[in-house]
Amino acid sequence: MTAAARREARLERKRREMVTPEGIALPITLASRSTRFGALLIDLIIIFAVNIGLSILLRSFALAVFAESGLANRAAVLEFLQVVMILISFVLLNGYFMFFELGPRGATLGKRLTGIRIAARDGGRLSAEAVIARNLLRDIELFLPLGLVVAWSIMTMMGEGMGSALLAATIWFFVFALFPFFNRDRLRAGDLIAGTWVVEAPKRKLAEAMSLGEGSRGRSITTGAQYRFGDEELAVYGEYELQTLERVLRENKPDALVTVAETICAKIGWESGVGDERAFLEAFYAQLRARLERDMRFGKRKADKHS
Amino acid sequence: MKRPTLLFRKKAPEAPVDIEQAALRSDRFRLEREGEWKRLEEIVRRMESGRLRGIADEELLELPALYRTAASSLAVARETSLDAATLAYLEALVQRAWYQVYGPRIGFIAWLRRFFGGGWSAAVRAIWLEICIALAAMLAGGVVGWLLVDRDERWFYSLVGGGMAGGRAPGAPVEVLRQSLEGQDHAGGLSAFAAFLFSNNAGVAILAFALGFAFGIPSLLLLIQNIALLGAMLWVFHDAGLAIEFAAWLSVHGTTELFAILLAGAAGLHIGRSMAFPGDRSIMAAAARSGQRAAVVMLGVVVMLIVAALLEGYVRQLVAAAQLRFAIGGAMLAFWLAYFFLFRGRAQEGGR
Repeated sequence: MTAAARREARLERKRREMVTPEGIALPITLASRSTRFGALLIDLIIIFAVNIGLSILLRSFALAVFAESGLANRAAVLEFLQVVMILISFVLLNGYFMFFELGPRGATLGKRLTGIRIAARDGGRLSAEAVIARNLLRDIELFLPLGLVVAWSIMTMMGEGMGSALLAATIWFFVFALFPFFNRDRLRAGDLIAGTWVVEAPKRKLAEAMSLGEGSRGRSITTGAQYRFGDEELAVYGEYELQTLERVLRENKPDALVTVAETICAKIGWESGVGDERAFLEAFYAQLRARLERDMRFGKRKADKHS
Repeated sequence: MKRPTLLFRKKAPEAPVDIEQAALRSDRFRLEREGEWKRLEEIVRRMESGRLRGIADEELLELPALYRTAASSLAVARETSLDAATLAYLEALVQRAWYQVYGPRIGFIAWLRRFFGGGWSAAVRAIWLEICIALAAMLAGGVVGWLLVDRDERWFYSLVGGGMAGGRAPGAPVEVLRQSLEGQDHAGGLSAFAAFLFSNNAGVAILAFALGFAFGIPSLLLLIQNIALLGAMLWVFHDAGLAIEFAAWLSVHGTTELFAILLAGAAGLHIGRSMAFPGDRSIMAAAARSGQRAAVVMLGVVVMLIVAALLEGYVRQLVAAAQLRFAIGGAMLAFWLAYFFLFRGRAQEGGR
């Protein structure tokens, strides 16, 4: 149980409650730092690829034009191309994040793939200004110091003696890169300034209702047996076990069904049969849930078998 | 062989499950409402994919009502149902709908239009106090730079550094100095120069903004240091009797560029000041509010720096006459001042 408990505690630390303007408390889960790093990596790869693709395209286009017009002003055109590329990569690097995060999903392509998005920390509307602010800060947190580190380490290697400046840029980079590790909500500096945070954006399909079949009425279709459980037999388990059982039933793996049925039989003192596990478990699930939900309506909750 | 009756047709709607069939009360609760949940999910899905045009108006009007229904279903289900999968579905659905109901109301392009149409200038006006402080710091820096070099020429070298001076040092021949101010006849090689200048200046401006974090003090120091350099340079040219020419040379792009750096420093100060004196809000809330306003100013600073780089890279090198240079620089300054402080536009939300 300790491993499970530890995992539960770790999940609990990521959980936040966001109160909407209507006063409804919505549970949200903060995105993990590694997920965010992965999303950023995907985004940077996309930007880089688009950049390279565009410059190859532009260049071959320009060279095709040369072939037409002769080589007289080749240098001028190439220089013009260089300027265009500097501007394009500047706009790409900064516009990409803003454009996608202002979209209806509040996520860049990388964030979409990893299933996370940004949201306003106070539960209010995510404003355009907030998106702009958190992405302007990205320049300072990431691109500027990284560029300096690269440039100055090259200069240092060439013997220009930029050692102390290099150290400063490295410290600068790490101060911001490690920022999310030193606050409760895992904000990076841009999130702090913009009033945003990054959360998981779960999407779920509505699963089947559990109590539709004959099994939930206690009758087995295959054997015709009728399963009824007494009060003290149902009293051994709580909500945690009920939801574990729900998961097993939904996944519907034969050996898991057998194992769980045997465990329950051992616990409540039944003799376990063979071949009718699913009907037995469906009946047990429905009756246990009916009992726990009835108690719930009277304000009595039983978290797990220990309580 | 089975004969196909119809090749294509719309999928028949799923037959609704008989609600009475469910053995559990909480499942009956769910079956009664799941039609509405699914409708909400469908609307949200289409909004997320960005095809607003595919959604009928009445569906959009339904969204808030469906959202509230789903939210209250969630509140009830939490108290009455132990169906973990349904609870998880509802939580995710309400969350997704909430993002659509309270998402940014405006796309990137529309926001840009509002930004130029008054949002930017409103944000600049909102930080007028910091602009005054930053301006005072810059003036002080310029005077200090001048006075330091005036007292001891060796100060020049520690202020400017070898690389930037490019031969423009105290006691340099007048001819060398004059030549550095002259224009060129053609634009060859200038465009890459302009692009380089832009990324260089953007770095300084962003730094001035970012350092606002540390309660704005490094922002001020950076402003003072940069302008002190300028004061020192001015003294060198004044010493050679070229002060007017130097000022003209500088003013072409300098009015735009220095203004941009001033705004960047002021934006940094704005964040720093509101973190140091958050008033009755929490520090985090104050930082978020001022950060959003400062970000609008900073986006404008980037625009100004692009303009400045174009002026510096092209116009300054092509226009050599001092009067004309003054005229261009003065016109730019007048333009920015009028745009920020006279032009009101539709500025409802920009500086919020």
